[in-house]
Amino acid sequence: MSFLTVQNLYKSFGGNRAVDDVSFALAKGELLALIGPNGAGKSTCFNMLYGILAPDKGSVCLDGRELIGMKPRDIWRLGVGRTFQITAVYASMSVVENVQMALISHHRKTFSAFTRAARLYRDDAMALLNLIGMKDQADRAANILAYGDLKRLELAVAMAHDPALLLMDEPTAGMAPGERRALMKLTADIVAERGVSVLFTEHDMDVVFENAHRVLVLNRGQLLAEGSVDDVRANPAVQEVYLGGGTTFGGDGDHA
Amino acid sequence: MRLSKFLTGGLVAAVSAVWGVNAMAADTIKIGDINSYKRLPAHTIPYKKGTELAIDMINNAGGVLGKKLEIVSRDDQGKPGEAVKIAEELFTRDGVVMISGSLFSHIGLALTSYAGQKKRLYLAAEPLADALVWAKGNRYTFRLRPSTYMQAAMLAEAAAKVSTAKKWATIAPNYAYGKDAVGAFKKVLKAIRPDVEFVTEQWPGLFKIDAGAEVQAIEAAKPDAIYNVTFGGDLAKFVREGDLRGLFKGRLTLGLLTGEPEYLDPLKGDAPAGWIVTGYPWYAIKDAAHQKFVDAYQKKFSDYPRIGSIVGYNTMLSVAAALKKAGSTDTEKLVDAFEGLDVDTPMGKVHYRKIDHQSTMGAWVGKIAVKDGKGMMVDWAFKDGAKYLPSDAEVMKMRPAK
Amino acid sequence: MAFYFAQLLTGMANASALFLVASGLSIIFGVTRVVNFSHGSLYMLGAYIAYSSMTVLPGIIGFWASILVAGLAVGLIGMIIEVCVLKPIYKAPELFQLVATFGVILVIQDMALLIWGPEDLFGQRAPGFEGVVEIFGERVPSYDLVLIVLAVVVLIGLWYLFTKTRVGILVRAATQDREMVSALGVNQSVLFSGVFFLGAFLAGIGGAAQLPKGSANLLMDFGILAPIFVVVVTGGMGSIWGAFVAAMLISVLQVYGIRFLPNSTLVLMFIVMAVVLVIRPWGLFGKPEAAGDHGSQGPPPKPFRQLDPSGRIIVAVIIAALTLVPLSGVNFLSVLFADIIIFCLFAASLHYILGVGGLVSFGHAAFYGGGAYVAALFVQYAGTPMELALMLAPLGAGFAALIIGWFCVRLTGVYFAMLTLACAQVLWSIVFQWDEVTGGDDGMLSIWPSAWASEPGVYYYLVLVLGVGGVLVLRAMAHTPFGYALRGTRDSALRTEAIGMNVKLIQWMAFVFAGAMAGLAGGLFVFAKGSVFPTEMEIATSFDALIMVFLGGVQSLTGPIAGASVFTLLQDWLSRFEYWRLLLGLLIIFIAILLPGGLAGAVDQVKALLGRAPKDEAAP
Repeated sequence: MSFLTVQNLYKSFGGNRAVDDVSFALAKGELLALIGPNGAGKSTCFNMLYGILAPDKGSVCLDGRELIGMKPRDIWRLGVGRTFQITAVYASMSVVENVQMALISHHRKTFSAFTRAARLYRDDAMALLNLIGMKDQADRAANILAYGDLKRLELAVAMAHDPALLLMDEPTAGMAPGERRALMKLTADIVAERGVSVLFTEHDMDVVFENAHRVLVLNRGQLLAEGSVDDVRANPAVQEVYLGGGTTFGGDGDHA
Repeated sequence: MRLSKFLTGGLVAAVSAVWGVNAMAADTIKIGDINSYKRLPAHTIPYKKGTELAIDMINNAGGVLGKKLEIVSRDDQGKPGEAVKIAEELFTRDGVVMISGSLFSHIGLALTSYAGQKKRLYLAAEPLADALVWAKGNRYTFRLRPSTYMQAAMLAEAAAKVSTAKKWATIAPNYAYGKDAVGAFKKVLKAIRPDVEFVTEQWPGLFKIDAGAEVQAIEAAKPDAIYNVTFGGDLAKFVREGDLRGLFKGRLTLGLLTGEPEYLDPLKGDAPAGWIVTGYPWYAIKDAAHQKFVDAYQKKFSDYPRIGSIVGYNTMLSVAAALKKAGSTDTEKLVDAFEGLDVDTPMGKVHYRKIDHQSTMGAWVGKIAVKDGKGMMVDWAFKDGAKYLPSDAEVMKMRPAK
Repeated sequence: MAFYFAQLLTGMANASALFLVASGLSIIFGVTRVVNFSHGSLYMLGAYIAYSSMTVLPGIIGFWASILVAGLAVGLIGMIIEVCVLKPIYKAPELFQLVATFGVILVIQDMALLIWGPEDLFGQRAPGFEGVVEIFGERVPSYDLVLIVLAVVVLIGLWYLFTKTRVGILVRAATQDREMVSALGVNQSVLFSGVFFLGAFLAGIGGAAQLPKGSANLLMDFGILAPIFVVVVTGGMGSIWGAFVAAMLISVLQVYGIRFLPNSTLVLMFIVMAVVLVIRPWGLFGKPEAAGDHGSQGPPPKPFRQLDPSGRIIVAVIIAALTLVPLSGVNFLSVLFADIIIFCLFAASLHYILGVGGLVSFGHAAFYGGGAYVAALFVQYAGTPMELALMLAPLGAGFAALIIGWFCVRLTGVYFAMLTLACAQVLWSIVFQWDEVTGGDDGMLSIWPSAWASEPGVYYYLVLVLGVGGVLVLRAMAHTPFGYALRGTRDSALRTEAIGMNVKLIQWMAFVFAGAMAGLAGGLFVFAKGSVFPTEMEIATSFDALIMVFLGGVQSLTGPIAGASVFTLLQDWLSRFEYWRLLLGLLIIFIAILLPGGLAGAVDQVKALLGRAPKDEAAP
């Protein structure tokens, strides 16, 4: 049974169809990769799923609930975690505090005025940091972390409220190849253990092929192909788009 | 910890150097002076010079009560809260026996409130607000300069004498002084000529006048006569635009304070000839006492006196006279001395009324003429302030019960 | 009809000077992201220099040459300010340059007083344009037409410069993307200086050109500051066309306002700006700001930490020392320190939204003065005792913040700042004009403490308890989940929404809380002084608080305390000298250049020098 259902999503910017009738579904526990060349509409798709952009039409259902029209924070409350292409962490807080904030929000203690934030849910946060192997960095300031560590921290933050769905936009962008693999391996392990569904966009085809259960290929706003890693790999149309478009598998620097 | 000890030590030393208790010298009587020396220096610097001249004169004549007078002068930054703080400092740290000064009405009122609460003597030199001696008056506050009401009444009377204009326009800066000045003028003029009508009232922001538009708006109301309360930079703009657009042609125009050198002299040849104004024709007053003052002032400062100068001068004369009369520096005795005090000034005798603590210092009313590229007051007459005050019964009604 | 046309021309002539000065401000902001508070001072200098030059160079040629001379001279002065004062602090935290340009204002004020004296210098009429022309039977000063032409010429000139010349295109590129400029091989340092020259040149011309309409005087600098900011923001920061349209719009509306609503003169332009900003949050022609686009970011902020034991001891010692003040027996010390504590609370409340929340408010005095007025009104009209009035002050101010904040938090950056300013001005004008209730600018008098607290020493203890208590509450609130969430909205609004928090709600509530605390400070103030006047709600009061916070250091919770104490003490001390503004201005500039992290940042610098650098990245 599909957990997330996207139906007939449209979005155009000034006559340019960025997302043109995209439909797909995501099953529980599935790792679904969304790939495509620059400008294919991946980020637009993502932003519509997460309430940042309003689609022209279409529907996004999570476990039977319509997400279109909801704000990001409300979508988050339904159990959807999110990481960003350009990391969004709290630079002026320590690593563990970043995770604690997600927990504070989850427990609805944001407007609490009689406790010290640094004491709340610290143990839970430490457990999450342990999970991603950053326990020893818990009290460092987030603004001096290495880039790969920031990405890992975002993962921990996104996992804090025990989400059922994780949306990861370019989780490995800007990382060294070795780090990419390690991070996606870590992600795959965590979600497998917790039964979380993951939708992610990715440039590094090695990362995609190693981890994704299924792959969606977007091109010029339209769904070009869908299927298992092997199917997509063998699909001539996909190869045409990537090779013919002058971009190779494994290219980097998508800003679509 | 060594660092913080060092810092603390340094801080303590600095604090006691600047804010510590001054040794209270016993051989002088100190007068605190608070004024907006930076906010409106064109008016306050002549005031300060006037006080200095008077102090020199008094001290050269042997001082008062066997001691010399000394002014401790401070800038209030144009903030009433600051003025109150400084007043407290002057009394408790510098040991002044009373304070005087201030130009802006709101600062004068803040000090009035302070004086009443703390039972300390304050002689308001220049602020014009009527409330200072009436609605908000108290035992410990006196005022020297003729108030807004008095000067407006002088102008209204002069206007009623020379003109039968029925339709009046007013223009005044949009703040308390402007409103008081218009209110008093309307009241007095209507009492003399019940048939007058006010066809428009213009309220430009203080020092933010949009002169062209104001002139057009007044012109549109087609008044017979205009009553102007703007001053300073606003006045300059208003006069130039009005002159260009022919607003003043064939219309009687009155200017409150416009004849004071502070405001008239910067206009030079653009001075609005024909306006009837209150002001200070120091150049034409031939009275001996006044001439002596002008000569001494010019000798000391190589500059001619402004209205602020003579107000400052008279302020210090009043202080000295009160000290002499009281024979003491005790506040209560000084207050008693000020009530009904007579002071001989270059402007003649000034009397501090017991009923409301307003002095009877007068003002000059005359017409502006341009001579040698300069604005002058001609056909002027000195108006004794005592004649332009409301009746005692009215005053009693306005002043809060003791 | 003819009459309305003549009024239109009047409005357009007024718009001319406004546009010249505002366009300069806009260009400077667009490229360097410096909010140049001293721009009004440059305008004033333009008028003074032109006046002096006209006395030397008479006649038609002399007149126009003088305007050009004034422009060039002021351009040069602008460039000197940029090189000497601003260049060293481009790397400082955002908007820190405010402090330095504030110092410049003070210096120029006293310099002008020194050089040109206190009296207004009335400008001569423009040779050849002394009279009026009749248009449809209405008299229009011919110089008004000259001004309108001048504004259009400058507009076209700027348009040509920015679209047709290489330099102009580079500047425009820099406006859109500062990183790109160095990629294009342009020397950024030279570009910035050049832009300052141009902006100051325009301000100088603007000041000089209005001389035939009035005088050169010492109040010009602050007089034009608010209007040009209103014009620039209404038009959209960085947009020349926006500045032109907004200047025209505001000036023309003002002219009709004078005709039909003579009492509206004080607030009309602020209301126009507020309406524009509520409908178009980035002004008429502005573009949305990228996050952190209002000034350089400076070094990354450090996590807040509780004080370490030695810090706690220092705080305890300071508080203990403060309790001893009245025992000195000098009433004045109690009064002075009560002032300082009140300002500390005021500054700390501003810091809560500014430092913790990253929302720079230019109108915080609305709540400080608002609290003071709430207390005073209750005392006057309801006979409320002081104790109750002191509780109502923060409630009233908080209520005002609740309404104002709802509009303001929808905006960001400089636009947020300017909308707070506009709201504060509207509130100010209500207090200022509603004589019957508030006493107008004659204020409210005789608001003294209850009998038991009437001695300065006793009232001081009340201020100490409530003031220091308030500061500690603000500090504690920075450490609560709410404080952290607020800091989170500043660090990353995106992340905050993505972990389920409502960014605008958090900012709104912080605004209310900060407003309430400012209201408490205002309540304490009114009983300390015994009176309250609209001065306490003025722009200048808001700026005082801003200077205190920036001077002290935005990124530290102790910053506003240090800033308020030092600023108040310096002002108190220096105002004993005749040219104290010059001294204070120079001192502020020095502090700004030497300690770009503010005074609190300096403590870290000293600790680092002494080899006692804090182990991790914690700020006290």
